[in-house]
Amino acid sequence: MREVAIIGVKNTIFGEQWDRSFRDLVVEAGVGAVKDAGITGEKIDSMFVGNMSGGQFVEQEHIGALIADYSGLAKNLHIPSTRVEAACASGGLALRQGIYSVASGMDDIVIAAGVEKMTDVPSAKASSALAAAADREWEGIMGATFPGLYAMIARMHMHKYGTTSEQLASAAVKNHQNGQFNPIAQYKNKITIESVLNSIMVADPLHIFDCSPITDGASAVILAPADIAHEYTDTPIYVKGTGQASDTLALHDRRDITTLDASVVAGKRAYEMARMGPEDIDLVEVHDCFTIAEICAIEDLGFAKKGEGGKVTFDGETAIGGRIPVNTSGGLKACGHPVGATGVKQAIEIVEQLRGEAGKRQVDGAEIGMTHNVGGSGATAVVHIFSRNR
Amino acid sequence: MSVPRFWRKQIARYNLVGTHCKQCGEYFYPPRNMCPSCRREGEIEDFKFSGQGEVVTYTVIHAAAEGFEGQTPYVLAIVQLEEGPRLTTQIVGDAKDMSIGMKVSPVFRKLGQSGDRGMIYYGTKFVPA
Ligand SMILES: [Zn+2]
Repeated sequence: MREVAIIGVKNTIFGEQWDRSFRDLVVEAGVGAVKDAGITGEKIDSMFVGNMSGGQFVEQEHIGALIADYSGLAKNLHIPSTRVEAACASGGLALRQGIYSVASGMDDIVIAAGVEKMTDVPSAKASSALAAAADREWEGIMGATFPGLYAMIARMHMHKYGTTSEQLASAAVKNHQNGQFNPIAQYKNKITIESVLNSIMVADPLHIFDCSPITDGASAVILAPADIAHEYTDTPIYVKGTGQASDTLALHDRRDITTLDASVVAGKRAYEMARMGPEDIDLVEVHDCFTIAEICAIEDLGFAKKGEGGKVTFDGETAIGGRIPVNTSGGLKACGHPVGATGVKQAIEIVEQLRGEAGKRQVDGAEIGMTHNVGGSGATAVVHIFSRNR
Repeated sequence: MSVPRFWRKQIARYNLVGTHCKQCGEYFYPPRNMCPSCRREGEIEDFKFSGQGEVVTYTVIHAAAEGFEGQTPYVLAIVQLEEGPRLTTQIVGDAKDMSIGMKVSPVFRKLGQSGDRGMIYYGTKFVPA
């Protein structure tokens, strides 16, 4: 198996982009990543694109072909392009498939991208499309919503460990604090614990400021074998570990409501491959689709003891400058959550941090970073570990 | 949800009929045709649950799922049946009376409707026991 490096990256702006289409977004990200890597289209061997629900958001399937076509890689070059879907983990999984294809030796230069265009439909329709990541027949039919499922995780976490609404809110406050320094972030305003607690209740105990928004955006990275990465860039970022795990589709079937076993196992697999542990990680992008999801994630990945994620967050240990900075990009909460793009965006944040290009949100001396991308309420998790050193 | 898709699981939804693995003794609701522990060694049969259970966790939904707009606020919960399996359901009653560990019993209720003039979906919700 060959080692793999990221040699180029590009995010579009994340936000409500009514003047731009699905294909506009993904082409901007793809072309931007190709330019960042200093390659040309002829060099690309294959593409993997994460997209959760083109069918429901823009009434478009066959996303792989569409993207190859509008990127100018279809008609003359006929470059293979594959869509990857795992709900909100589609982007992370597309990246992982790209890594597989380079590591296997089948391909040298690969684009891994993610895209979601969510604001072409009313927000009720968008919520309903997202709810399809849960079990339609046994959760959705009872009136379950995504905030509702995570609210049930939050209620249990509070009951079992004494986690408070203030502690949950502190994750959102911290992510907005970080997001204001991210040029692509959907929200660049600071918020307070009071404003989270005073925002409208969506699914008790989660307020609307506990929830990530609906977002348009696309992200793309270029992968290459580590052996030749220096031919393209002075700052390749190496993939040291990748892990993926599945769990039951429905929340009610999980072993423990407050632990995402898929996160634990995907993390363990990535740590083992990288021969590292939580103590080696300098910063991490976790899947904070809701504040409680960030709390569970830092516990499940080993950055806090089970039950102490809320306290650790409230105490500032996960802020930039803290013990383990979490979601320096602003996370899904402030940077935005175009579901198919998020997993790739997380990797780009780590790349920018490890290159030392993160500006005011730079983590000093960052050498090793992790990403954690979750599908649904935890039925899929994808974890990657990246390093600036080979 | 389409009519055949709902109709197919009507008995399971109306009468809390799930399945049971004779090989290892585990019970499944929602029903499964493959025992996750025994896999192809498993022996699956239908099983009607008593419906007695307790609340594992719950939430009060204020921003409704599509088709549930008229019902807010409603209580969504995970209930553990006395035979072991857990399911997602609604608890009928006042949100402020809910608590983790509360004992509940099943009731036959309307779940929703397909559009303005479509089929009415019935199924099982729960009430405080
Ligand atoms: Zn069995």
